[in-house]
Amino acid sequence: MRTVIFRTAAPYLASLMVLFSIFVLLRGHNEPGGGFIGGLIAASAIAIYGIACGVASVRRALYFHPMAISGFGLLLAALSGVLSVFFGVPFLTGLWATPHLFGVELDLSTVMFFDIGVYFVVVGAITSIGLALEERERG
Amino acid sequence: MADASQSLTFLVLFLPFLAAAVAPFLTRLFQHNAAWLLALVPAFIFVHFCGYLPAVADGAAVQGGYSWIPAFDANFSWYLDGLSLTFALLISGIGTLIVLYSGGYLKDHPHQGRFFSFILMFMGAMQGLVVSDSFLMLFVFWELTSITSFLLIGFDHAREASRRAALQALVVTGGGGLALLAGLVLIWHVTGATELSQLLASQDVLRASPFYLGALLLVLGGAFTKSAQFPFHFWLPNAMEAPTPVSAYLHSATMVKAGVYLVMRLNPVMGGTTAWETILPVFGGTTLIVGTLLAVRKTDLKQMLAYTTVASLGLLVMLTGFGSDKAVEAAVLYLVAHSMFKGALFMVAGLIDHESGSRDITELGGLRRAMPITFVAALLSAASMGGITPFFGFLAKEEIYAALGFAGTWNSIFTIVAIVGNGLMFAIGFAVALIPFIGEKVETPKHAHEGPVLLWLGPAVLSLTALVAALASSLSHHYVSSPMASAVAGSEVHVHIGVVPHLGLPFTLSLVTIAVGVGAYLFLARGRAAMARFLEAIGWGPDRGFDQAMRSLVRVSGGVTRVVQCGRMEVYMTVTFIALAAAIFAPMAIYGEWPSRPTFPVLPFYEWAVFAIAVIGLGAVVYAQDRLTAIVSLGIQGFAVALLFMLLGAPDLSFTQFMVETLSVVILALAMTRLRLTPSDHRPTGEMLLDASVAGACGLGLTLLLLRVIQVPFDSTLSDFFDEYAYVIAHGRNIVNVIIVDFRGLDTLGEIAVVMVAGLAILALIRIKAPKQAVAKTKKAEMHAETVEG
Amino acid sequence: MESALSVLVGLFFAVSIYMMLSKHTIRIVLGVTIFGNAVNLTIFTAGRVLREVPPIIPEDVVTPQTLVANPLPQALILTAIVISFSFFCFLLVLAYRAYQELGTDDTDEMRVAEPKGEGLPPLGY
Repeated sequence: MRTVIFRTAAPYLASLMVLFSIFVLLRGHNEPGGGFIGGLIAASAIAIYGIACGVASVRRALYFHPMAISGFGLLLAALSGVLSVFFGVPFLTGLWATPHLFGVELDLSTVMFFDIGVYFVVVGAITSIGLALEERERG
Repeated sequence: MADASQSLTFLVLFLPFLAAAVAPFLTRLFQHNAAWLLALVPAFIFVHFCGYLPAVADGAAVQGGYSWIPAFDANFSWYLDGLSLTFALLISGIGTLIVLYSGGYLKDHPHQGRFFSFILMFMGAMQGLVVSDSFLMLFVFWELTSITSFLLIGFDHAREASRRAALQALVVTGGGGLALLAGLVLIWHVTGATELSQLLASQDVLRASPFYLGALLLVLGGAFTKSAQFPFHFWLPNAMEAPTPVSAYLHSATMVKAGVYLVMRLNPVMGGTTAWETILPVFGGTTLIVGTLLAVRKTDLKQMLAYTTVASLGLLVMLTGFGSDKAVEAAVLYLVAHSMFKGALFMVAGLIDHESGSRDITELGGLRRAMPITFVAALLSAASMGGITPFFGFLAKEEIYAALGFAGTWNSIFTIVAIVGNGLMFAIGFAVALIPFIGEKVETPKHAHEGPVLLWLGPAVLSLTALVAALASSLSHHYVSSPMASAVAGSEVHVHIGVVPHLGLPFTLSLVTIAVGVGAYLFLARGRAAMARFLEAIGWGPDRGFDQAMRSLVRVSGGVTRVVQCGRMEVYMTVTFIALAAAIFAPMAIYGEWPSRPTFPVLPFYEWAVFAIAVIGLGAVVYAQDRLTAIVSLGIQGFAVALLFMLLGAPDLSFTQFMVETLSVVILALAMTRLRLTPSDHRPTGEMLLDASVAGACGLGLTLLLLRVIQVPFDSTLSDFFDEYAYVIAHGRNIVNVIIVDFRGLDTLGEIAVVMVAGLAILALIRIKAPKQAVAKTKKAEMHAETVEG
Repeated sequence: MESALSVLVGLFFAVSIYMMLSKHTIRIVLGVTIFGNAVNLTIFTAGRVLREVPPIIPEDVVTPQTLVANPLPQALILTAIVISFSFFCFLLVLAYRAYQELGTDDTDEMRVAEPKGEGLPPLGY
């Protein structure tokens, strides 16, 4: 598995996949995509990187513990739901704002943050599983 | 005014439970002196109930309560007539003394707070039981007394004997409670009454019903177990494992009388029939004789008293069964008298035990100088128990003989039973009250001296009350005995008996009883030896029978568990899936909901190709011989599913499935390099056939089910809603994603939480290093050896 | 189309159940995975299928103009796929750890919780 070509290509491949996953995540509201799919793509990217370069470098690259990323995602999703409390609407009701930045209309919503939360949960949990299994393998 | 009184009664019903909640804290603050504070609760209740005495003496019944679930006609209601009021007064009055006594008896005990808590809880339950009007409340409080009694008997839970006694009491009385519930339901079914007051107004409905005998037997099942009637008497003497305040309160003065209360309560509507007038006297009389004879056998003060309590309960049931006005009067008088003298005697027994360190009658003697107050209280109580004028017990006994007399054979038999029983009780009563105090001073484990005021207050007050109540008999009859007897008899009854003996048959019989008693007292030791030999000859008793029943219960349930839970996963799975197949096929067969035969589908060739890929993948999974084939074939069927989603208008699903399958393969590869996949499944042919037919049946069933589902018209309301509003109110064009993150966001939140928890669980599973068990180790070594050889 | 899918679903179920009836944990795990797919396909089929029209609202309109695929089962299945994947991972690790600790993947030999020839519960009090 750890051929020179693969090892050289893996970081680029992985980073491209992560970029793609973010793209899929953000366009999810209007086109096929979304947090679950994006998260799975990112997790695969990390898996590829891990297979090529080893668990230690993945851990270094991630900086945070994957479970912490997952927890952050859950917190973000929950908080984006809690925000509706301040507007007197039921928990998890979507709230929208469309600020104009540099002449571009931006659609911001709690729903988007919720989806980002989903993304992080999926990335974190699956990466953590994969890394744990792989580490065991080496040890 | 009525309202205030109603809410006050409501408060009074709950006060003991509130007190139980704060008791541990108070005890931590004031140690044993918390008793003085806690005793205020029952004292207050006593005073409150005394307020109803004049009204009830005039023949009124105080009713009150709140509607609870009107739809089911379930109320929180109470009914106070002469019977329940007398019981309530006994419970709160003796309760006050018991709380004080517990303060002294369990002084410096590490769990005294808990004890107060339990005993106050019991008080609340018992009080609720006697004042309840609604059947439902009656039953709940009935079982609550069983449970609190369990806690109190098992208070000293470090000893096996305590645990056994507690469990035994719970099983016997709790089981009886279930019979009572069935009986109450039957009564409700027959009369339509959900409240005692309605039932009492229903006159002869119950007696005329064909269900009468069934209801009677069930209710008596509850009453006889609670009131320890033969052959259910065995739990009561064992319950003496409890601390003495409990024995005095629950197992003589109050709880065990709950059965008698129930019988008395139902006498107006169930009594007077042949069944009633046969069953009750026969069981009561038997219990009286058996109880007194067994009491003779014992040398432990508490055991002797416990058996006489059994006997007294038998006497009460017997008298209630006779049902004549005189018999009812006698039962009422005896009940009140017994509560006072037996409570006092138990407290005396506890006092002797507490101060001298022994309660074995053969190891005690000459304590009269050391414990004068106790001696006097004991003597007064024994005199009341023996029926000597001018004590309350005398009134009861005169009335008993007046009721029974020698009218006819039936009455004569029970008169003789009563004489023998009373005579023996007389002997036991004086044995308890005299033997420890008179004669030579015997060395005891502790140096005996008079106990503190907390301890002797209870017996002293109770024995003096028995004296005063008898001397002021016209007053006590007016307020207590007559209203109570009227309630039991169901018609107005006046009690007249006084302390001055009148020459006549009852007095003669009293004298005979005393003669029998004195004789028995003198020959007590010889009688004890004779009883011991007799019991040894029998060998078996219901107490041992209980153990045998419990053991066989454990054996049977163990056997059943071994069959049902055989420890083989395959069996569990096979049974589950057979049940699944049955659950699918049975409704279709019963309701004729088979799907109609579908037309052969016309599909483009590439769709057939995807189907073929899926089938190949599935086949390969089944036949996979090594891990690589297994992983690959699992991937094949997964990707085929993804392709299907892609072809059928679900791009989101398709992507997700693709990613999941990829990751599955990666993770499977990671895990399986360490896992040895047994080359073939290797099921014996028979097993393979069974498994295949179960799996085939489930598959076929689900296919048929799904075919049937798609043949019913499709209800698209929900889907149309999402189509319509996805953009309008949720600003999203990908409807699937809008449903996930917006319309059903809460679901998704739950789901991502599950994903995260699964991640955490896996991390934990991988990280924990279970302590290697010796078995696993050897097994592993064996397997290694095998692989090496292979 | 739906009837063909129904038959396929039945086949998926049959295979997965056959696998789950095996004695070997790893085969049971594989069976559970296939079972997840089978259930997803069931939901999908029960929601009726349309070819190649994803439930996406085109630009410049506010509701779908043509008949689109039913979005509800898709939303249900999407989350179900991810959940069954995490469940699969969990089972796999469980099987793997059980194999490590007990030295076997045969469920008949895993008798820590229900040992063979277990005696009666205590008969005392």
